[in-house]
Amino acid sequence: MPFDYAPAPESRAIVDIKASYGLFIGGEFTDATDGTPFKTISPSSEEVLAEVSEAGPSDVDRAVKAARRAYTGVWGRLAPAERGKYLYRIARIVQERARELAVLESLDNGKPIRESRDVDVPTAAAHFFYYAGWADKLDYAGLGPAPRPLGVAGQIIPWNFPLLMLSWKIAPALAAGNTVVLKPAETTPLTALLFAEICQQADLPPGVVNIVTGAGETGRALVEHPDVDKVAFTGSTEVGRAIARAIAGTPKKATLELGGKAANIVFDDAPIDQAVEGIVNGIFFNQGHVCCAGSRLLVQENVYDEVLDSLRRRLGTLRLGDPLDKNTDIGAINSAAQLARIRELSDVGESEGAQRWSPPCELPEHGFWFPPTLFTGAGQSSRIAQEEIFGPVLTVLTFRTPEEAVAKANNTPYGLSAGVWTEKGSRILWMAGRLRAGVVWANTFNRFDPTSPFGGYKESGFGREGGRQGLAAYLTRGGPGA
Amino acid sequence: MSTGTLPDVSRDDASLRAFLHGLPGVDQVGAEARAAMLSTRSIKTTSKQWAIDTAISMIDLTTLEGADTPGKVRNLCAKARRPDPGDPTTPQVAAVCVYGDLVATAKEALGDSGVHVAAVATAFPSGRASLTVKLADTKDAVAAGADEIDMVIDRGAFLSGRYLQVFEEIVAVKQASAPAHLKVILETGELATYDNVRRAAWLAMLADADFIKTSTGKISPAATLPVLLVMLEAVRDFRASTGRQVGVKPAGGIRTSKDAIRHLVMVNETVGEEWLSPDWFRFGASTLLNDLLLQRQKLATGHYSGPDYITLD
Repeated sequence: MPFDYAPAPESRAIVDIKASYGLFIGGEFTDATDGTPFKTISPSSEEVLAEVSEAGPSDVDRAVKAARRAYTGVWGRLAPAERGKYLYRIARIVQERARELAVLESLDNGKPIRESRDVDVPTAAAHFFYYAGWADKLDYAGLGPAPRPLGVAGQIIPWNFPLLMLSWKIAPALAAGNTVVLKPAETTPLTALLFAEICQQADLPPGVVNIVTGAGETGRALVEHPDVDKVAFTGSTEVGRAIARAIAGTPKKATLELGGKAANIVFDDAPIDQAVEGIVNGIFFNQGHVCCAGSRLLVQENVYDEVLDSLRRRLGTLRLGDPLDKNTDIGAINSAAQLARIRELSDVGESEGAQRWSPPCELPEHGFWFPPTLFTGAGQSSRIAQEEIFGPVLTVLTFRTPEEAVAKANNTPYGLSAGVWTEKGSRILWMAGRLRAGVVWANTFNRFDPTSPFGGYKESGFGREGGRQGLAAYLTRGGPGA
Repeated sequence: MSTGTLPDVSRDDASLRAFLHGLPGVDQVGAEARAAMLSTRSIKTTSKQWAIDTAISMIDLTTLEGADTPGKVRNLCAKARRPDPGDPTTPQVAAVCVYGDLVATAKEALGDSGVHVAAVATAFPSGRASLTVKLADTKDAVAAGADEIDMVIDRGAFLSGRYLQVFEEIVAVKQASAPAHLKVILETGELATYDNVRRAAWLAMLADADFIKTSTGKISPAATLPVLLVMLEAVRDFRASTGRQVGVKPAGGIRTSKDAIRHLVMVNETVGEEWLSPDWFRFGASTLLNDLLLQRQKLATGHYSGPDYITLD
């Protein structure tokens, strides 16, 4: 008998979305002085959620000035343990308001509530807790005695994990004694604006955190602002390159966390059932909107049929639909533009001769949706095996020997992450030493922890976020000769 | 693994060992993460109603105490036939599970109700007796009218690698238990690793078990969700390679409706609806039934009654 799950929607009532939002500058919400307001919509229904201000150059200037004042006047001089207290307080409020943040994140981003509730928000709180602990222990960060903050950090984050990326940026910056101006992505500004309220609630000194909303032009104004000491960016390699060009020749420091085309490598001695889960989690988690997504599956040829059969069967159980339904596994694509890109690259995959497969899957009428999709029969030279799709699309390739697996995995301009599935411990270590990827997961995928550094090789960017290493992005070496 | 290789794997200890150790390993972290994820499924309203009734119909209502008496068993049988006297729409349970000496009592009390009698046998729960005694125990229960036999494997033999001995015992008990259905208890709490659970599950299926069952209920931990996951994967893969479907019975420690529903969700998303019937999935439980009845009443009336409104047995 079929076991159909009745709708189990999380209530929206917990979150109070305002009709319009200003910019958060100097501890207060203020109107934008230039720029045209824009609307943010729910990608699962195309419903308008709120109107958001666009920060123009003069607004960005106000925000940077507020951050500078807070840096020189308060935050830069505050006893480190006191900075830690503020961060602990923020972490606790994020936990207390977790449901509100999760619902808002799912509404604005389209991701399933299960993910925002169980991954995004708890991990964001964990980041604040982790870096709160570092605030008064920076002498032990491996950067010599008394390392110094950089000053004002301009931070630009993507739309795939809005609150989590915010916490990856703000927590270490503040722990190290910097102040920040953060620009959330134009399609997902709402949790950052709610985070601004949390800063108020925590009595964070005005100007320590400033949130300016807007699209590419706002980001450009922030990057190019002469009084920004540090640029931290997570997003596409293309924009990352533009940022690197813009700050070349200036004293600004930068960390860039860019795209990826990770290989998830399954050996014949892998724990197959868990490997299949890992493949699913690697590429269909967050609709594949993950820079470290395992978008290339490399399967050893002698277990290809077994793995593919299991994978297809497993994809048949994925539940696509309303992001606020607690049983949804696959939510909406974040925007019409992203959906168009996923469609375009998938069509290219087909025209290049790869076989496309999706489980039977009904797509909702409104909103932006793309079914979980597999491509088999693609070559290493296919565009779908080379370019980042940033959607729920997996390209399946094969290999015969460990050497071939390494060669194929590394044969990409990117180098953000990789996964290795084998029960043989020595092979894991052998592989990890040869894969040119910032993160190598063994018998798991897409696991994040604030204590573990994350970042890329090659065109996936430079600098690390998370862990002790993540502090280096916001400190200059202290001690003699510094 | 192809169908053709299966009949040969039990020809000697070495082949059996090679086969069982050639099964894909189980990654503990991954299996437990998958079980935890499935536990977050939210089953509400109509689907909860369906799940509660389905769970009731899958219960092997169990009493396995030294203090069991014919009176206690008769009471349990009455409960099995009509779990909720106030609501005739309540389904009856699948079976009553007792020690061998009480089979006749149960059989008589259940009559033609359709509720089966299951008997634990083979020196349950430890299994520490000679094969002769185990077979006599089994035949005794079948002679008394048991429809189903729940046997235990020799965990000592399994853990020391004497797979063929375990295999041959199951085969012998299977023969002795005909025409009753045979459930093979792996006692996963004593097998310790998920790799062992998978191997023991395959071993039992190769020896022609009709059901594989997690636990006796006398050892902690008893049924856990990750163990169930591994066993479900085993019956799924076994059917894929042999065409024969084997049932699964978690037993011990499942006390709440929420727990039972989590088990059904796991069945649904691991092996699918073909296993979602009392023919292929059972709960070995004693107190679970009353919580299911309490939740069932709550769904029907909109409010909780309380333990005094559910009969003890």
